[in-house]
Amino acid sequence: MADTIWLIPFFPALGFILNSSIGSRTSKTFVSWVACLAIFLSFLTAAGVFWEFLQLPATARIYEREIYTWIASGELSVNIGFRLDALSVIMCLVVTGVGFLIHVYSVGYMHGDPGYRRFFIYLNLFVFMMLLLVTGNNLLLMFVGWEGVGLCSYLLIGFWYEKDSASDAGKKAFIVNRVGDFGFLIGIFFLFLSLGAQGVWTLNFGEIGRNAHLLSGGAATVITLLFFVGAIGKSAQIPLYVWLPDAMEGPTPVSSLIHAATMVTAGVYMIARLNFLYSMAPDTMLVVAIIGVLTAFFAASIGFAQYDIKKILAYSTISQLGFMFVAVGVGAYAAGIFHLMTHAFFKGLLFLGAGSVMHAMSGELDMRNMGGLRKKTPITYWTFFIACLAIAGIPGFSGFFSKDEILWKAFSSSQGHVLIWLLAAVTAGMTAFYMFRLFFGTFHGECRASEEVKHHIHESPRVMTIPLMILAFLALVGGYVGIPHLLGGENAIEKFLAPVFGPEIPVKAALNFDIVSAAWASGGAAGHDGSLELALMVASVLIALLGITIAYVFYVKNPGLPGRFAARCSGLYHWVHNKYFVDELYDLLFVRGTLKAGDFLLKVMDGWMIEGLVNGTADWVKRAGGRLRKVETGYVQEYAFGIIVGAIIVVGYLIVAPMF
Amino acid sequence: MDMVSFKGIIFIIAALIAVAASVLMATRKNPIHSALWMIVTFFAMAVIYLLLNAQFIAVAQVMVYAGAIMMLILFVIMMVQMEKGGKGDPGETGRSAKTKVAGALITVILFGEMLFGALYYQMTGRSGDYPVAMVNSVGNVRTIGSLLYGQYLFPFEIASILLLVGIVGAVVIAKRKE
Amino acid sequence: MLQEIPSGLCFILSGILFTIGAIGAIIRRNVIVVFMCIELMLNAVNLVFIAAANALSSMDGSVFVFFIMTVAAVEAAVGLAIFVMVFRLQNTVNAYEVHLLKG
Repeated sequence: MADTIWLIPFFPALGFILNSSIGSRTSKTFVSWVACLAIFLSFLTAAGVFWEFLQLPATARIYEREIYTWIASGELSVNIGFRLDALSVIMCLVVTGVGFLIHVYSVGYMHGDPGYRRFFIYLNLFVFMMLLLVTGNNLLLMFVGWEGVGLCSYLLIGFWYEKDSASDAGKKAFIVNRVGDFGFLIGIFFLFLSLGAQGVWTLNFGEIGRNAHLLSGGAATVITLLFFVGAIGKSAQIPLYVWLPDAMEGPTPVSSLIHAATMVTAGVYMIARLNFLYSMAPDTMLVVAIIGVLTAFFAASIGFAQYDIKKILAYSTISQLGFMFVAVGVGAYAAGIFHLMTHAFFKGLLFLGAGSVMHAMSGELDMRNMGGLRKKTPITYWTFFIACLAIAGIPGFSGFFSKDEILWKAFSSSQGHVLIWLLAAVTAGMTAFYMFRLFFGTFHGECRASEEVKHHIHESPRVMTIPLMILAFLALVGGYVGIPHLLGGENAIEKFLAPVFGPEIPVKAALNFDIVSAAWASGGAAGHDGSLELALMVASVLIALLGITIAYVFYVKNPGLPGRFAARCSGLYHWVHNKYFVDELYDLLFVRGTLKAGDFLLKVMDGWMIEGLVNGTADWVKRAGGRLRKVETGYVQEYAFGIIVGAIIVVGYLIVAPMF
Repeated sequence: MDMVSFKGIIFIIAALIAVAASVLMATRKNPIHSALWMIVTFFAMAVIYLLLNAQFIAVAQVMVYAGAIMMLILFVIMMVQMEKGGKGDPGETGRSAKTKVAGALITVILFGEMLFGALYYQMTGRSGDYPVAMVNSVGNVRTIGSLLYGQYLFPFEIASILLLVGIVGAVVIAKRKE
Repeated sequence: MLQEIPSGLCFILSGILFTIGAIGAIIRRNVIVVFMCIELMLNAVNLVFIAAANALSSMDGSVFVFFIMTVAAVEAAVGLAIFVMVFRLQNTVNAYEVHLLKG
């Protein structure tokens, strides 16, 4: 199998080429079959590698193959090669598995759209680029995938490009991403040069990993910070998150695949892949964790006052990504990847469910015009409910295990801090609240839609509901691969990922803090204390239940309460509802300045200088020609006179020259 | 003192005649008069050539210039005058007097340069192979003939082709469109 | 008794004739007269050649003058043909009125 790992990115690429070249002359069925089959074959290949990995001992689970020499110039030698280790194979399975389900869903959702073929072409291209990102064996190839998914994101966000808002959103996504990518690229340069100064000229992950110890702490800090800037852009953290809510202009399957399950997680994957560098730079890790938790809290708070169901889910994604960054920021790389996986399941499901709701409500997005869908769309209702339970972190569902692992590591890891834990726990409660606010508002209560819309409410076709059900199943059981030791499991996923992430970051030696009694503190001195972990676990479950209860009270029992609440704190409500005016701030700070600079360049530099130079030269030549033209008077005798003058000069020279 | 010799006197007379006649030629209003003074100039030049031991050239000068070319010019003058009904130079148009004077003055500079060059520099070329006495003993015409058909045969033939081209060209240019 | 003419005098004479021809060519209005002045200039040059050949005991001067004369004859023929054509079209012999080459 090791020699065929290049097939994993190859199948979607083949699907892309096939559909874009001959797809226009074939039927819609052909296009959808090719696209879905491509992803499915990729999934089978990844599953095959995974199966083989399980047969191999832990240290042998690395398949690396290089298939082509891309750049060989001086010290820089980059090949097109693929590396499958535990981390990549999990990412591949998530990308191709969830991707396949979303492809099937799209067959139903995009039915009737004139850009049907274009959609599947872009989707396949996206999966190809994403697989390139996760299977590439060197930084440059990963960057190709990084940029490629950014491109596909732009193409797919602006899929309905005739709408101004959609094309603007696509541009916004691409430009904001570009800011991050700039940092990423500088990071690559710096890494290459720093390692090169030690004599190792490489961009290959394996070789970097073996030689990372040659770097100084300062260099590692700078490099990792630069890479994190790239992650901020791609994974929508503060301050570069502003593109993700706008990205909801794209079709819902796009939001599900790209902006929930896969592309936005590329930043997390990148940090996990470069974990050996991050472990050398504790300062950067602190920055990562702080930004992660702040983003999580901030985005969750915005979710409180939004009514567009996709926007709520978008802010939820930003918040959950914050959680993942908290995980990798405190050194719990496995927990971060675990949460990435479960998040792909339940967030992907949430978006597809939202798409199903929109399908039923004839395109309605505003929660205030929904309600009472429980009886009319049962499958959507129950799968959505499962996903909400998962994201809230209710025990038994997948989100519980991953989120809890993150919270525990945030508290106990030597890189963690109790304040990070506290804010993360509060955010978990807020997550539960606003997700159930969304749930109750959409499905419960009286239907607040217009008569005409009410008439058309219907459950989605099977091709859309079956992926919902499969994802719901995964959201339910997907967490069981990471049952912590505390509850009797062996945390299989952490074990599986252990070879990639090196020795575990040690737990804090002394878990002393001043809000819990000394009895517990002394018990935790020798590292991993079961009772403390259990206490924190119970605390997080209680917080989640509290959030759900409050949501129930506000939106089911007493629907007028939120209105009165908002009226009382109208100032705060105004701020939160308008997303804290961050977009307006950016517009003031950056956009206007850039537009003005562009205007200046156009008018002064281009209009005045360059045009002036070009036109001026032409004009000058014309005028000089006009003046020179006067020599040609037409009188032959004046021409003869000119000859005489020339003769005078020549003769004069001949006479005078021999004297010197 | 060598100006007093016979040759010298003839030379001075011929030179003066040449200069005077050329000035007159350049200033006459009537083109026929100009042509006639030109012929006088040519004769004076022929005399000077004789004094300079270029007998062949002197005769050629009379035959070609004073004979053929001036005849051509006179015929053309006549043709032009006849068609125009005898009108002379019409009134001045276009150029101002100032340009003319300026042009004339500048040409004098050329003359000054030539004078300077002629008087300041000595001729330092090596002596050729044809001293006067030898040439005169053989005959000037014979010498030139042997040169033309010997050393300078190629330019001679080219010159004949040039003449042919000139004849054809003149006919083509001046033909009336029938 | 029969001494050679000093070449310097011939050069001065030639210079005078050339200048007279040049001035006349520039100033005169009648095209035919202009043409004759040009012939005068050619003759001045002929004189220089002969004088130099005489001073240097060389026949090259005479041969070259021979060719100059040939060319002058051709030039006269063609030039006058052109003049006749121009006269037919413009109906004037005034050099100042023929300025079609203007611009």
